[in-house]
Amino acid sequence: MSAALELRRVSKVYGSGPSEVQALREVDLSVRGGELVAVMGPSGSGKSTLLTISGSLEEPTSGEVLVGGAALSGMSRNDRARLRRRSIGYVFQDFNLLAGLNAMENVALPLELDGVGGKTARAAGLAALEELGLADRAVRYPDELSGGERQRVAIARAVVGDRHLLLADEPSGALDSVNGEAVMRLLRAACHRGVAGVVVTHDARLASWADRVVFLRDGRVVDQTASPAGPESLLIPGPKP
Amino acid sequence: MSVRHALLALLSEGPKYGLQLRQEFEAGTGEVWPLNVGQVYTTLQRLERDGLVESDDAEAEGPQKGFRITAAGGTELAEWLRTPPDMASPPRDELVIKVLVALRVPGVDVHEVVQIHRRHVVEMMQQYTGVKAEAPEHDVGLALVVDAELFRLEGVVRWLDAADARLKRLPADGSAAAGAVSPRVSPRLGGRLGVRR
Repeated sequence: MSAALELRRVSKVYGSGPSEVQALREVDLSVRGGELVAVMGPSGSGKSTLLTISGSLEEPTSGEVLVGGAALSGMSRNDRARLRRRSIGYVFQDFNLLAGLNAMENVALPLELDGVGGKTARAAGLAALEELGLADRAVRYPDELSGGERQRVAIARAVVGDRHLLLADEPSGALDSVNGEAVMRLLRAACHRGVAGVVVTHDARLASWADRVVFLRDGRVVDQTASPAGPESLLIPGPKP
Repeated sequence: MSVRHALLALLSEGPKYGLQLRQEFEAGTGEVWPLNVGQVYTTLQRLERDGLVESDDAEAEGPQKGFRITAAGGTELAEWLRTPPDMASPPRDELVIKVLVALRVPGVDVHEVVQIHRRHVVEMMQQYTGVKAEAPEHDVGLALVVDAELFRLEGVVRWLDAADARLKRLPADGSAAAGAVSPRVSPRLGGRLGVRR
């Protein structure tokens, strides 16, 4: 089975001459369906660029991005736009919900943009909200929701329909730690149902919800965690006095 | 973690047997801190000697012996809960020493050393988060224990991140790096911050 997301020697350069910035340098990354990967690194390490390039919101200067085994470079603009609408879900730090639409309409929007009928799209939207425990908030508008609820709506929007790839940029950056944890719990659950997820963050506590943590530094992948050992290994040091 | 005060706390709910105390201690700390039977009985004996608990039957021994908290035990528990732990004079942090030493050793890439430790700590955090992720959400005891470890480890990662960022600003030849750990600095800081020597 091919990876849900694969980056092959991806580089990205912004500007030229003295103002040239090398945001990514020959990054290789492969994420399977069912796996949540966190990308950790300081500001300016290239985290957000990695995410926008993975989501086909931006093109690499060199290298290849494959989503579901298909190379983005070989697609027409329309095909790429369709891929973004159908297969990729995005979650941003500031939620990016449309203020004029209620929660259900926000979640249904990507489906409607993709040509799904309004009634079917809203039913799917409601189902996604139910899964995240927000059925009773379906007809509320974003300004009637708490920060944690807004981010859960944004996650519902990112997973509605038949998405294979979930991309999140500091998804709980604006939330307190318990609400932030709830967001990571949901992203992890969505991935373990089969979606491939990439979350970029500088927060180790949030990254620790991922199955694998990749460390980015100056645009390069410098390291990654091994598969986490089972919780029993925590017991080895024995009782604390 | 004071086993002594944890046992007093469990007995403050009512009289209990030794075996029961051990099981409740482990359950209450999310089974992250296993306790052996010997530790429980030694601690109970000392508590009894100090008049903080009493047993209902001086003859009975072992798991069936029942204990209850005394008034003095209740006072001791109440005082302990309100006494701040010693956080003013941390022990020397081995990780800090390693990074300081790495700065002085020729041919060592400090960023690599920092990253090895960062990865190790993040892997530990993944394990703790895994414990929390698998546990039922109503298990508050476990969540609190795991959160405490996670926040402590996160602090270590943040220190490593800050160290990385600071060191990145140094000139590439490392000359300033050696100067950065001037021998004058450590004792002075040691005195001011109360670092144990």
